Formats: sequence, structure tokens, C-alpha cells
Amino acid sequence: MLGIVGTIPIEDFPVTTGIVSLEGDCIVIGNNRISVHRGTPAMIAAAIETLKYKNKTNPFCYLVGDIGNGKGCRRLYKELEDNIAKTSFKTLALHYFQPDVDLFKKVIREIDKMPKRPVLVADAGFMYVAKMAGDASFFDLFTPDAGELAYLADEKAPHPFYTRGFILHEDNQVPDLIQRAYQHNNAAKYLLVKGEKDYVANKDGILEIIDNPVEEILEPIGGTGDTLTGIVSALICSGMDIKTASAKAALVNRLAGFYAKPTPATQIYEIIKQIPRALSEVFKDK
Amino acid sequence: MFRKFKKDKGKHGSREHGRGILVFENTTEVIRAEKILKTKGWKIKVMGPPPNIRTGCDLVIEFPLIEELSIIRTLAEVKVKPLQVVPVNEELLEPVSLIHEKEFGKYLMIRAANMKITVDRDTKTIVNVSGGGCPDVPYLAEQMVNMKLDETKQPNEIGYTLCAYALQIAYDRMTELC
Repeated sequence: MLGIVGTIPIEDFPVTTGIVSLEGDCIVIGNNRISVHRGTPAMIAAAIETLKYKNKTNPFCYLVGDIGNGKGCRRLYKELEDNIAKTSFKTLALHYFQPDVDLFKKVIREIDKMPKRPVLVADAGFMYVAKMAGDASFFDLFTPDAGELAYLADEKAPHPFYTRGFILHEDNQVPDLIQRAYQHNNAAKYLLVKGEKDYVANKDGILEIIDNPVEEILEPIGGTGDTLTGIVSALICSGMDIKTASAKAALVNRLAGFYAKPTPATQIYEIIKQIPRALSEVFKDK
Repeated sequence: MFRKFKKDKGKHGSREHGRGILVFENTTEVIRAEKILKTKGWKIKVMGPPPNIRTGCDLVIEFPLIEELSIIRTLAEVKVKPLQVVPVNEELLEPVSLIHEKEFGKYLMIRAANMKITVDRDTKTIVNVSGGGCPDVPYLAEQMVNMKLDETKQPNEIGYTLCAYALQIAYDRMTELC
């Protein structure tokens, strides 16, 4: 089963765990319906569409409301510390979260105790804190965009906000940044870098480049990275190896974006609606 | 196109003075303190904390130590209290200093650090907010998308994290251009 950890942008939403379903433009957990805009709800919605295509069960999610003050996340860190080692997820995707190095380290210590460790995917706040804590290599896959890759490549930056200009500069090419991130042990075992071209890489270098179809207008649309993380996590959970899942997920995400005929004002749910069509196209020979 | 953030280069920020940092509970408090101190004319800078006091999504205010009492008094007048005041000798991390602007027809996207804001220049409406990884990003997006630039709540009013701070920088640049 796929486990997902993340936040909901509603301040008083309590720590809530359970199987999540998708109904129209809302994810549903227990009696709670949450709109799919961007962030973790968009990631979950993309994962559900992908799992459904692969005839797999919906994900089990750990959610909490947090609007940035970290109060909700601190409660969910504690829930994870107390209970994550008792689970048996095949894949665990960790997403939007308040970085807190001390609390994060307690959680990964518990994950490390699991008899069979899940494949660990991190994006957004969890990817940031994994790098801040010096624990990037504990993870199997990170899904940064080009700016976040520059952050991973900057061994001195504790947050993307502090990425040094000479690293962030556009003259720095993605392959060089990937190499630098691995050189300083600040990358997961695999990287899926999203951007104008999507890259799948590991410590040995670039494994795949996915650059078609080209849809430049996806860049301003909030949530396109979230959907990519949801799709790749679901594909890995369905049994695909990380490298193949990453390349296929990148293609599915690009196609879904292309089919949505986006403008810079398009909202992410319009792209999520196209994921089933994109999955059919990518896996048509299977 | 890249532009450098504007930076204060006042005498109070110069390296020949001993420097200290004000450490606050969260970024919102830093933003509040920064606003107050800059309004009062202090030449302070927001910076990254040194590794020994770094916990996560942090930002501190660097100030000339010689001014410590006056600055603490100024903040106390408006009930803002730092958690710690720490002298520093090492170089602090500077916030990212590049702003990237990209046009998509009538739309303009501005990126600061890991945060992007996109506006329909005809209507001055925010049509998308993207990037970031801290939990206030989806919240900020919900509050800002579909709002007019001059009517929206701003990230420094309702955000808490470095992502919110970066989005404010992008927003400020957008208001200069639109």
C-alpha cells in the first residue's frame, strides 16, 4: 500500500489518518471533503488516479491542517514518531511539511526500525528537511524542480531561500547541479528533476531525459510538481522500479498537462482530470 | 531576466562593527520586527541563522551590536520580543538575491527563490502561485489566487515561513511592474 504524509491548508484540521478517496474535485478522508487545489491534496488526487489505473487500493494518508505556523505539523511529527514503525507500507511519500530537523530525525529513526523499509519518496518540505538534516541519502527518490535542485546542489544552503546565486544562476545546467548534489551527499538515491526537460538521475549520472511533449505554460501552474510526485509514488507502489516509474511518471505528467490545453491561469484540477487519459497513452502497449 | 534584490548598505550594517542577531520564534515574527525596525530607520538585514542555532525554516535579523539596547527597546514598545540576542563572528547566509521574470503573453510570472507568482497584466489579477514546500504555500495560494494585486492579503501578513518571505519578494516586484 502507498502511504502519504502531508498537510491541508486549513488551520483547525486535526491529525487525521485513513484511506483517502477522490470524489470529483475533492479528496475524502472520513467525513472530511478537501478541495484539490495544490499541495498535498493535488498530490493525493494524482496518486489515486494512478493507483486506480493500476488496479491498486487507494492510499493511506496522514494529514493535518497547517497554515505555516508549524503547530499542526508538530502534532503529526509526533503521530509519525509513535506509529510509523508499526506500518507496512510498500511506498511512503512525504510531502508539504514544516521543516524541523529535530522532529524529523525522530521520525526517520522510527522508519529505520521497520523490518521492511518502504521505498521513501520526498518532495517539498520533507525534501527540504531531509537535506537540512544531512539525511538525503536515507531517501530513495526526491522530486525537485530546477530551483530546488540548485538548493540540493548548494551544500551550504539550509533552505532554497538561501541558495547562493552562483549556483542558482541559469548558466548552471541541470546535469552539473545533479552531480554537485551527489558530490555533497545531498540527494536521494534517485532524483526526478522536473522542468523544461525532466531528468531521472542517480549518483552515476543522468539515466533518462524526458522532453516531449513540450508545454512551457505548465511552469506557472501551481501543483504540477505535486501531481508528478503523486504519479511516481503510485507507480513505484504498483511494483515498478524507481527509474522506470520516474521516467513514465514524467511522461504521464507532461501529457496530462498537454491534454489540458493550459494557460498560465489554469488550475491543477484541470490537469489531474487528464491523468487517466495520459496513463492510457503511456501504458497503451501493456 | 534577472534582477538583484535591493539591499541596504547603511553604515549600521557595515562589517567593521560587531554584529549580533535577533532570533525569533518564527518567520512571521521576523517579518514584523523587520518592518518595525526599518520603519524606524534602522539599517538591519534579514539573514540565515548560523548552523548552531538553526532548526528548520529560519530567518534572523542581523544588526550592529552597539545598537542592541535601542533596538530591543524599539521592539518592546510594540510588544515584539526576540527569543535570543546572539553575537556573531561568522559570515551569515544571505537570502537568495535573484529575481526571475518571464512573460507568457498577457501574463507575467515572477520567481524569487523557490516561489512563483503569475498575474494577468490586463486585469491585475493573480492567476497562479506555485513552488515552495512549506505548509503555508497552499494556504497563501488559496488566499491570493483570483484576487487583484492591490486587494489581496500579502504573504508577509498571513504567511509564516521562508517560502512566504520569498513570495513577498516576488509579489513586491510584481506590484512594481504591474
